[in-house]
Amino acid sequence: MSDPMRIRAQLKDGGITEVRVLMAHVMETGQRKDSAGATVPAHHIQSISATHNGKAVLSAQFGPAVSQNPVMNFSFKGGAKGDKVTVSWTDNKGGKRTDEATIS
Amino acid sequence: MNLQRRTTLKTGASFALIAAAVSAGVLPTSAFAQWNKNAFDAKTLNDVVKAMGGTTAEKSGDIAITAPDIAENGAVVPIAVASKLANVESIAILVEKNPNALAASFDILAGTEANVGTRVKMGQSSNVHAIVKAGGKYYVATKEVKVTLGGCGG
Amino acid sequence: MKSRNWFATITAACLSLPMALNVVAQQDAQKEIERYRQLLADGNPAELLEMRGEDLWKQKRGPKNASLEACDLGLGAGKIANANAVLPRYFADVDRVMDLESRIVHCQITLQGFTREELTKRPHSLTVAERQTDHEALTAYAVGLSRGAAVNLPQAHPKERESFLRGEKMFFFKGGPYDFSCATCHSVDGQRIRLQDLPNFQKPDNAQRAFTTWPAYRVSQGAMRTMQWRLYDCFRQQRFPELAFLSQASVDLITYMGVKAKDGKMDSPAIKR
Ligand code: HEC
Repeated sequence: MSDPMRIRAQLKDGGITEVRVLMAHVMETGQRKDSAGATVPAHHIQSISATHNGKAVLSAQFGPAVSQNPVMNFSFKGGAKGDKVTVSWTDNKGGKRTDEATIS
Repeated sequence: MNLQRRTTLKTGASFALIAAAVSAGVLPTSAFAQWNKNAFDAKTLNDVVKAMGGTTAEKSGDIAITAPDIAENGAVVPIAVASKLANVESIAILVEKNPNALAASFDILAGTEANVGTRVKMGQSSNVHAIVKAGGKYYVATKEVKVTLGGCGG
Repeated sequence: MKSRNWFATITAACLSLPMALNVVAQQDAQKEIERYRQLLADGNPAELLEMRGEDLWKQKRGPKNASLEACDLGLGAGKIANANAVLPRYFADVDRVMDLESRIVHCQITLQGFTREELTKRPHSLTVAERQTDHEALTAYAVGLSRGAAVNLPQAHPKERESFLRGEKMFFFKGGPYDFSCATCHSVDGQRIRLQDLPNFQKPDNAQRAFTTWPAYRVSQGAMRTMQWRLYDCFRQQRFPELAFLSQASVDLITYMGVKAKDGKMDSPAIKR
């Protein structure tokens, strides 16, 4: 079970909604060796999609070089207070997570 | 599953359907853009541009990279990219000296600002490139980031 | 002098970038590092752990199937907000001084029926990529609710005063193979290992900054670490015997540092290199 994301969506001057997403993920590079010397297989988020009231606003792709517990910032026009922002990710091992926040 | 009041899958039926289809294996990755394996495997700026469908990237002064000159820890280096180019379609962040150059790429959809940020791992001091695809063409800007490596203390 | 030499040795061994820079460049480097820290500040993954901790706190768990909502952290049952700014403090129900982490464990035992043994066996996640422990999550949640509160440890009770005095003694106690005390590294101005400024606890602003920013998410470890862990690790660096989790010694050292940090504004979990 993946831990939930923390999504902050704030309406700023000029009608721009700034979104900051924190994701709980190990983002294993596939290059690290464990204490026994064995390579730890890559395990990282690959794809992220974000929607505003159901309409896609961003899609992103991550490689293993994104830091552990990733942070992502983006912003879009047309959001209003109370609207929903939904973010989903999938990783290379079939893990996934979807969470939602309200624009404030 | 529990009590995530801030969270949960309370989305509309359409998403639930897609999610169900994805988990049933009917629609493997269609909820998301296909992960561009070739781009993430590429070693150089040029190979990344090619894997993304371009030929070369032209230097541009209309791309701003916000990153520290020196990062205290290479495990977490904040990088933000903003562009004033018209019709930005995508933004990619590359670390030249990492084993694979491409760290992350973002598709900028209609209504979305050409201004994104994330944090990347850097094995050593390196150039960081931002590739911006705008109006069907590829542009690039570069900034050097020095890394003071860990390895001491807890 | 022996200790000086050792200090120079670890300093040199731990220097990577600064060796390549001259003194002037080093000052610029320090400024840039400050900028790096500011860029990290908004977007602290410890917030994820605070969320997990909140859920855990409110869940009915343990043999008694109870939540921690009735836990008394010193301000009254269920009053968590700002409690960490006045901890460690004296608790009449146990007739001793406890820090936040000791008190959380105490509540898990008394309210939820967990055993001390199971709670203290592995309080910190220690290996890379290991899931953070419940203890770390609960601590993250509780300290997060003290953000902005001014540090003001009570010192009126004799046992609170004794805790401070024992902590002070320990802070200056020299021992181990290098004959170091905490003060060797932490009571000198401008002392630095690599690019880490070592806080001088004899200066209020230094003490405040250090005390109010623990627990902290360590980007080098991809995990949030608690104050008990911080002290455990300084004992290790000092080549002292292992500092036992929740021991009187650990609580007394936290009391000492907390009193020195009076009036600082809590800002944890923070994010650090
Ligand atoms: C060998 C030198 C040394 C000794 C002795 C030492 N420390 Fe530290 N301490 C450090 C270093 C180095 C750091 C910074 C570590 C880092 O940033 O990773 C530190 C950090 C700290 C911090 C956190 C400061 C901050 O701003 O994040 C506290 C609190 C602390 N030490 C307390 C103590 C106490 C209490 C003792 C005695 C038990 C002690 N230290 C002994 C070297 C030492």
